[in-house]
Amino acid sequence: MMNNISAKLLQAKNEPLWYFNKNSLIIIGIIVLGLFLFPFTSPSKFAIHLMMMIFMHAVMAQSWNVLAGFSGQISLGHAIFFGIGAYACAYFYVKFHITPWIGILIGIGISGFVAMLIGIPILRLKGHYFAIATLLIGISFQVIFQRWPEVGSSSGLWIPINRESPWSSMQFHKSKVAYYYISLLFFIVTFFLVWLLNRSKLGYRLRAIRDQSEAASSLGIHVSKYKIIAFIISAMIMAPIGSIYAQYVLIVDPNNAFNVDISILVLLIAVMGGVGNIWGPIIGAAILIPISEFSRIYFGGTGHSIDLVVYGVLIIIICIFRPSGIVSLIPRSFREREKAK
Amino acid sequence: MSILLKVENLSRSFGGIHANSDISFDVNEGEILGVIGPNGAGKSTLFDLITGFTKSDRGQVMFKDKDITNVRPDLICRMGVGRTFQKLKPFADQTLLENVIVGALVKEKSLKVARDKALEIIDFVDLIEKRHHYAKELSTGQRKRLELARALATDPKLLLMDEVTGGVDQRTIPGLVELVLKLKKNGITVVTIEHNMKIIMDISDRILALNQGKRIAFDVPKKISENSQVIDAYLGKVDAA
Amino acid sequence: MTSQAIIQAIISGILMGLIYALIAAGLSLIFGLMEIVNFAHGDHLMISMFSAFWLWALFGLDPIFSIPITILIMAAIGVLTHYFIIRKILNSTMLVQICATFGLAVAIRALAQLFFTPDFRTIKNPLIQGKFEILGIFIGKPQLYASLVCLVAFVLLYLFVTKTETGTALQATSQDRQAAEILGIPSNKMFALGWAIGLSCVAVAGSMLSNFYYVFPDVGVNFSLFAFVAVALGGFGSITGSLIAGIIIGVVESVGGLVIDPSFKLLYVFAVYLFVVIVRPQGIFGRY
Repeated sequence: MMNNISAKLLQAKNEPLWYFNKNSLIIIGIIVLGLFLFPFTSPSKFAIHLMMMIFMHAVMAQSWNVLAGFSGQISLGHAIFFGIGAYACAYFYVKFHITPWIGILIGIGISGFVAMLIGIPILRLKGHYFAIATLLIGISFQVIFQRWPEVGSSSGLWIPINRESPWSSMQFHKSKVAYYYISLLFFIVTFFLVWLLNRSKLGYRLRAIRDQSEAASSLGIHVSKYKIIAFIISAMIMAPIGSIYAQYVLIVDPNNAFNVDISILVLLIAVMGGVGNIWGPIIGAAILIPISEFSRIYFGGTGHSIDLVVYGVLIIIICIFRPSGIVSLIPRSFREREKAK
Repeated sequence: MSILLKVENLSRSFGGIHANSDISFDVNEGEILGVIGPNGAGKSTLFDLITGFTKSDRGQVMFKDKDITNVRPDLICRMGVGRTFQKLKPFADQTLLENVIVGALVKEKSLKVARDKALEIIDFVDLIEKRHHYAKELSTGQRKRLELARALATDPKLLLMDEVTGGVDQRTIPGLVELVLKLKKNGITVVTIEHNMKIIMDISDRILALNQGKRIAFDVPKKISENSQVIDAYLGKVDAA
Repeated sequence: MTSQAIIQAIISGILMGLIYALIAAGLSLIFGLMEIVNFAHGDHLMISMFSAFWLWALFGLDPIFSIPITILIMAAIGVLTHYFIIRKILNSTMLVQICATFGLAVAIRALAQLFFTPDFRTIKNPLIQGKFEILGIFIGKPQLYASLVCLVAFVLLYLFVTKTETGTALQATSQDRQAAEILGIPSNKMFALGWAIGLSCVAVAGSMLSNFYYVFPDVGVNFSLFAFVAVALGGFGSITGSLIAGIIIGVVESVGGLVIDPSFKLLYVFAVYLFVVIVRPQGIFGRY
């Protein structure tokens, strides 16, 4: 078709597919190194716990972000995948003595499968309908698990304490540092996977669906199939965090696994950071988790309600004043000129 | 010349409104078919029916001897039918290049090859300098080219264009018309909805005239300009040819 | 299970359904006007229930008589909500619109937890108490009166929207905002009015509910969900639809609880929701 190859075209073709900002890479490398070395600076138990919470919530927010940023669907019940991960891991350890390392994989599998089952009927729903459906599903899960004897009903599953083989049972009682590294590992791996997703063909197709799903359809993209794929990926990112959490607190019940507060916080972090941008969840978590943890210390029990008031008000404020999140405050020249939006 | 697209008795009603009633026509390979009709005649609905965006009540659409009636839009695209929309739908927060790459991904397996193909097509529509501009920064005329480029990237044998010259600066129209003729030269069959009578009469090999959902004429431009039903529908605008 | 038990369930379902209908009507009105789903609707209901409770606890005012006051309170809250929040997000993306009222819901619920504590409250010895018995069917007086008041409120709402000049103006705005503006109907005022009326419905329902329902910060959650399902079933923007849908949901909840298992009531209602949005997304009377 193209016979006249203009000079400009040749020049354009010679451009690299992706731009790498060398400075950003170096900075990221230093930060990652710093995170790995952090435990060696003898931090307090609280500091380790805080960092862990940041990593875990950043991953969960990233999971929500993949769904919202890629398929444009708003989930108000994302805790279900956290809960599935937590219950799967705990259940298979308690009933079948399967090591949590495998339990995490099982959790990911079940989560993805459930996402597919739920996704098929509800992903084609328009924004509001979908959001409401996720709310209903979220609470339904809680109700079902509360009355399911096999997984302990309201009392849930208590993971028996194992001090002899910490690594195979993923229980570390002497120090929390191992939990720290596990969550850091998932944090880095997830971030990397989403980064790859952004630059892949799948990423292009999903962004097209998010922006103009009709046009995407006319360009050969099977919209409902890809929305389900985005949903499954989102679910599979969320599940391991539930599993790690289960191993951390050693008890999983319908209230801490399917709590709507998780869904709320995850949404807030993603929105505050900036939806559709890979850095959003990290920035959001880095700001919100310390606030939440400190308020728990200073305000104790009522701290939880105060937290929620703050979360609610923050969501409203962001929606009114800066819906594109904190990320949009950073000038574009600092952001890498890559496809990671 | 072989028939590329054959539409028979295509019909669709919304509530009590017969948007399309028993529309039949065919498109020869390599020709430019113009579709005209006053507002509300059912032109865009016809496109929606052909490309699978709306379910038909009755009728059949055959593309390259395959029945594509009510087939999913993305499958129809993969078979070789591309389209642009009257109400433009660019991916606003993505660059021109990114927009076109999405189209190229239909046929190309690798991102690099898709990118190169997208560049070639962007060059074809003369927008190579704007390839890194965000779609929302482009002018209306440039966005029309973006839509066109995006659809072209899917390697269509048949391209349905909805109002290419609508709403653009008068000066850019000749350029757009030239683009459509370039398409024909490159072997792409074009069906285009147009309100601009002069253009449609100039470039079309045949013209399909619709009014109130029905086909009132289907012939070469000269005969159309003499058709009394068409003249009635347009109240004399046809004389601008 | 006797046929008497089933009739009992159907009747309580209808009674409760009328209350759901009024709540849903408020939600539907707001959506019909500006295409915004009030995710805080149930929590607004909670506020009205607490208002009724505190008016009784502090001033000894029976819920029936506090209705005018709760209407004023909720209408004011509605206008304030519109003025400070909704007005600013009318042209934003769906993400923003969903999150804003969702955030409001979270904030209201948490504030209630903080100020009112999670304790369950009840109004003791309200004017309306006790029950009727007809042919072996027991009907609680509070429930019956609540339904009747809600039904009356519903009819008044319907008459207002269809027969009055303001009501017609509201309808015009909800059908075509720009056309209505050209005709001299100020959208902003209509939206504020919509919020005022929508939350007034909730005020009436809440006051009557406080006669017999526990009052606590999270009480709105289930009502929110039921309201969403009712509006989806009846059709977003349709007031008549809310009536029919509300009753259907009340009956499904009640009969499902009797026939299958009371603890899964939410799931039956959810099943209805799934059915509607997949089979007939625009609901019974809806436009979307």
